[in-house]
Amino acid sequence: MKISDYSENELVGLLKRGDLLLDLKPFVVRICSDIADMAHDISLMYADFYTRPVESFSDFHVSVMRESGVFNWIKPRARFFFDGRPSFIPLPESQAFAMLEWGLNWCVAAHSHHYLIIHAAVVERGGRAALLPGQPGAGKSTLCAGLINRGWRLLSDELALFDMENSLLFGMSRPVNLKNASINVIKQFAPETVMTLPVSDTTKGTVALMRPPRDSVQLASCGARPAWIVLPNYSAGSQPIMKEQGRAETFMLIAEQAFNYDIHGAKGFMAVGDLVGRSQCHRLTYSHLDDAILAFDELHSGSER
Amino acid sequence: MRDLIATALMDSSLLLGLSDKEWDLLIRQGRRANLLARLAYQVTEKGLIDQIPHQPRLHLVSALRMVERQNQAMRWEVQCLLRGLENIGVEIVLLKGAAYVMADLPTANGRAFSDIDILVPKHAISLVESQLMLNGWQGGHHDDYDQRYYRQWMHEIPPMRHVTRGTNIDVHHTILPESARFKVNTPALFEGIIPLPGYAGLYVLSPVDMLLHSATHLFHEGELENGLRDLFDLDSLFRNFGQTSGFWHRLVPRAMELGLIRPLHYAVRFCTMILHTPIPEEVINVVNAGKPPVWASMVMDYCYARALRPTHESCSVSGTSLARFMLYVRSHWIRMPFHLLLFHLTRKALRRSTTRSWDAPFARDAT
Repeated sequence: MKISDYSENELVGLLKRGDLLLDLKPFVVRICSDIADMAHDISLMYADFYTRPVESFSDFHVSVMRESGVFNWIKPRARFFFDGRPSFIPLPESQAFAMLEWGLNWCVAAHSHHYLIIHAAVVERGGRAALLPGQPGAGKSTLCAGLINRGWRLLSDELALFDMENSLLFGMSRPVNLKNASINVIKQFAPETVMTLPVSDTTKGTVALMRPPRDSVQLASCGARPAWIVLPNYSAGSQPIMKEQGRAETFMLIAEQAFNYDIHGAKGFMAVGDLVGRSQCHRLTYSHLDDAILAFDELHSGSER
Repeated sequence: MRDLIATALMDSSLLLGLSDKEWDLLIRQGRRANLLARLAYQVTEKGLIDQIPHQPRLHLVSALRMVERQNQAMRWEVQCLLRGLENIGVEIVLLKGAAYVMADLPTANGRAFSDIDILVPKHAISLVESQLMLNGWQGGHHDDYDQRYYRQWMHEIPPMRHVTRGTNIDVHHTILPESARFKVNTPALFEGIIPLPGYAGLYVLSPVDMLLHSATHLFHEGELENGLRDLFDLDSLFRNFGQTSGFWHRLVPRAMELGLIRPLHYAVRFCTMILHTPIPEEVINVVNAGKPPVWASMVMDYCYARALRPTHESCSVSGTSLARFMLYVRSHWIRMPFHLLLFHLTRKALRRSTTRSWDAPFARDAT
């Protein structure tokens, strides 16, 4: 069944019992929560995802629970648990869904060393993937959100999973994490997108999550061949400049942005080499989302010619 | 009842008949007990890995990859250590994980490691400490109380951390705290050390002593987060060394000589009870000399049967928290005399309530 096939009340029940098994290809996550708004946010963001029967195997058992204690009567807080063990500090209850998202990212990044996991957004068009690595603030989530509203398929805005056996990129097609000014930028750019209510005062500022496009969710289990690595560089007032980036430099950047590069040893070195070797490497400086998307479309059509 | 992870490690062929739900539980228990990589190693060795369902298999592969990396890092760290200490003419004895890895023991297969533990003669400890400092290791505990706690009462100096690599080293001068109720015959321990081939200046304990140390460590430990994993270490040492000639003959007399017959008794008792470790009947009988009084024996059975299990909700039965608490108290009780204990625990409790920090990104985790 799809999440959209459940009523919100049914979801509340499943979450309370910890019987919600969400299929985030390639992972299955079992979620438990007693937070009032969790069912609403899940039904909003994961509408097009499938659930799995309760007796299935789950990769990660997670829960987001209200903290007990007098202090929490005044200012309710929630906490993320990984298989029964608290794994983050408690946060205000309004951040519960965002915390679930961050917690899931951590679960994947810390336990899935059959992939090389890179801190980067990934989008795809025509079977070819563009990897957007970058420091926080470089605009990769915004650019990713823009691209997937203009014909590119979403793999991930945060975690690129590189399968070292077949050189394909995967990404789960989960909700896109938008921060601060980019929330309004995307609302204006694509008014039809569905977002959670913005939550202010998180460690990342104001945060809202954007529902992934249905087509992307349906194709989530299809990997994409790496074709481009584009380093986004938002610079206010700048003309769009797509510049070729040296491979050695790109290699170092990818290695640095890979969560488990060191764990793979020589294999990780070869994998980054493989990924960079298969990709055209660019650096895109931009100030307007439309310019940036045009530059991506040119990359794509240029490669078809 | 035996937990799924223990059953699976004892008989890997059972894995082929598990349902999805059982796999789900097995991976969780294995992850929590830090035994997932050991299971992965075993099934890979037996050629069963490809027959394991796709989803759980990836978790096994992932855990094994992590541990192989730690193993490699451990070898590198020992090289660095040796470079720092090779010219001072002190015998450096590797303990626990570092010893299992460097001596290529099967116990190291699929075993996660973090810190290096070394044993050096007490008279050389300041020399070793200053030499380590010259080579980039720094002590972390600066306050007077911690310094006194370690230097006066414990069997080690405060843990040191390398400034650039971030790796930790514990430097011991014996294997039990100075203040402990049981006294170890440390000079005899040093007489038995064995040079590590290819590494001048590095030593490991003899097989019998290595086992006795492992037993002493586990059965003096108060926080048995990795209790089952450590019991599997003992099981592996028994099985491996048990095949070498003279091991069983030397075991009990040596335990008497070092003053470690009590921990040996517990090791034999709980390895045979929980993991069916093959130990000769006559050894079991003689080791009974180390048995505590009947009432204490019953309490210990009660506690360890509960505490030597994964700290996972599926392994919690009635009395588990009580058992863990009692073993925690016991570990302190045998570590130092009552007046010191009272002082130490009071201070620890007061400090915990004032220095609790909420800004750490993760609370402690399984990894």
